[in-house]
Amino acid sequence: MKPASSVLLLTTLTGFGYGLLAWLAVFALCGGLPDSRWFLPVAVVVALAFAGAGLVASMLHLGRPERAWRAFSQWRSSWLSREGVASLVTFPPALGFAVLWWLQGPDSAVAIILGLIAGALGLVTVFCTSMIYASLKPIRQWHNPHTAPDYMLFALFSGAVLLALLLAAWTGKASMAALVALAAAIIAGIAKLAYWRFIDAQPPLATLASATGLKEYGEVRPLDAPHFTENYVLREMGYRIARKHAAKLRRFVVFAAFLLPAVLAALAALGAAPLAASLVAALFTALGLFTERWLFFAEATHVSTLYYGR
Amino acid sequence: MTSLPQPAPNAKKLGLVIDLDTCVGCHACAVNCKEWNTGGHSAPLPDHQPYGEEPDGVWFNRIHSFEAGCGSSSKTVNFPRSCLHCENPQCVTVCPTGASYKREEDGIVLVNADICIGCKLCSWACPYGAREFDELAGVMKKCTLCIDRIYNETLPEAEREPACVATCPSRARHFGDFNDPESKVSKLVAARGGVDLMPELGYKPVNKYLPPRKASIPTKPQEQGGGTGNALLRLLDKVLSR
Ligand code: SF4
Ligand code: SF4
Repeated sequence: MKPASSVLLLTTLTGFGYGLLAWLAVFALCGGLPDSRWFLPVAVVVALAFAGAGLVASMLHLGRPERAWRAFSQWRSSWLSREGVASLVTFPPALGFAVLWWLQGPDSAVAIILGLIAGALGLVTVFCTSMIYASLKPIRQWHNPHTAPDYMLFALFSGAVLLALLLAAWTGKASMAALVALAAAIIAGIAKLAYWRFIDAQPPLATLASATGLKEYGEVRPLDAPHFTENYVLREMGYRIARKHAAKLRRFVVFAAFLLPAVLAALAALGAAPLAASLVAALFTALGLFTERWLFFAEATHVSTLYYGR
Repeated sequence: MTSLPQPAPNAKKLGLVIDLDTCVGCHACAVNCKEWNTGGHSAPLPDHQPYGEEPDGVWFNRIHSFEAGCGSSSKTVNFPRSCLHCENPQCVTVCPTGASYKREEDGIVLVNADICIGCKLCSWACPYGAREFDELAGVMKKCTLCIDRIYNETLPEAEREPACVATCPSRARHFGDFNDPESKVSKLVAARGGVDLMPELGYKPVNKYLPPRKASIPTKPQEQGGGTGNALLRLLDKVLSR
């Protein structure tokens, strides 16, 4: 599948934003946030800015962005529509969380309840995003039990990294969030390795023989293509990446998205230059997860390309 | 609505039967499809660089050729590929806007170009690669089963069939109602063992493909002649026996 940068941005940025929102709610509940009126509202705005930027990026992917509002209508059947609805309904409670916290301070039970609602809705949005991919039967690398949990894990991981950075910037000290980020990096990294193992061992979805209904004749081989240049289907769905490059990029993802942030989060948790460590960790997480998402598309194969012998 | 409709009582199930035994791979159906549809329901079907280095454009019908089997029983099979108007089409249910829909009354799968946002998700959901994006209009396009011909009362009744069916010179394409056991398409499928493409994906395609017949026509071995004299004689023989 062709990796379109707008979609890669959408999924990684909303992961950061809604992951951060979820952790903010949890930390607020556990009393793990700085005793300041300002920290939480600022952090919520950062979270919503990430999520909002992702949503705006996704609009660029549309052929008719001015009609985007129509995408809210089919939530009964479409995960894309559900994603749109969920992302939007997350905003009011998130804003309420920030405003009430600012007005009433860290002891406001209503603020914390609103925060938990917003955090949960944010994760629901990420889940809907993941199901857009996980529900697509023609793409075996997406339509499997790894996709949805992976998206949730990556959102929680990137959100924790972002929270650790915000806390380090605010307090200049080591924080619990760095420990959470460390644990999340390890779990998310293992999940990604397990996903690659899984897709590498997966049999193809179908054969050209079943795609043409010619099973009983034995093996079927492509002879002539209908056209000698690429068409929409091949451009969009026939994207291929050489194994060699994929292997290199996988190594980069393991290093940049998971290993390095884990080490840096550990340093930050130990109080060794928490701000610098958290900042570098966040930058590499962003770069690493963007590459991870790029690979998630580039390595995905669409069954329709069988007709073209791909 | 992109939820699938409950088929109405007495609903039709319109679709095509494609005979892989008789298809000669001439691309006439694809060309006539393009010709009709670039002025029809989903008009226009844009072309990019039609006379340039990399011609490219929206077509609803694409003709492949495959080789099936090995040895003396192997076949060259010409294979037209278009939307199969599936009974369980995920291309419809994934659509966030309701632009993609399946008609209750005859099962035709269509795109409403007035509300499509061009998210392309439906094309990802189609295992058969049947949907092609119109980059100029920013909306998705696909086979309409010539909805603007089959119900077109300004056409003579005999012409109320899809353009691809009307034009096929080897009569390899048939159109009809699969819910009617007496229709030509139902009978052909029953008689010739019509098959579904990729049934394992669960889309339940309506269109059926008739596999090539197994029988082969015995051919006499070519005469083995040698020398120019012989070749001349054979040429003479050919010319005279016309
Ligand atoms: S062939 Fe593809 S586009 Fe046509 S109905 Fe089936 S899934 Fe949809
Ligand atoms: S491209 Fe148009 S028809 Fe296809 S899923 Fe998106 S909105 Fe629906």
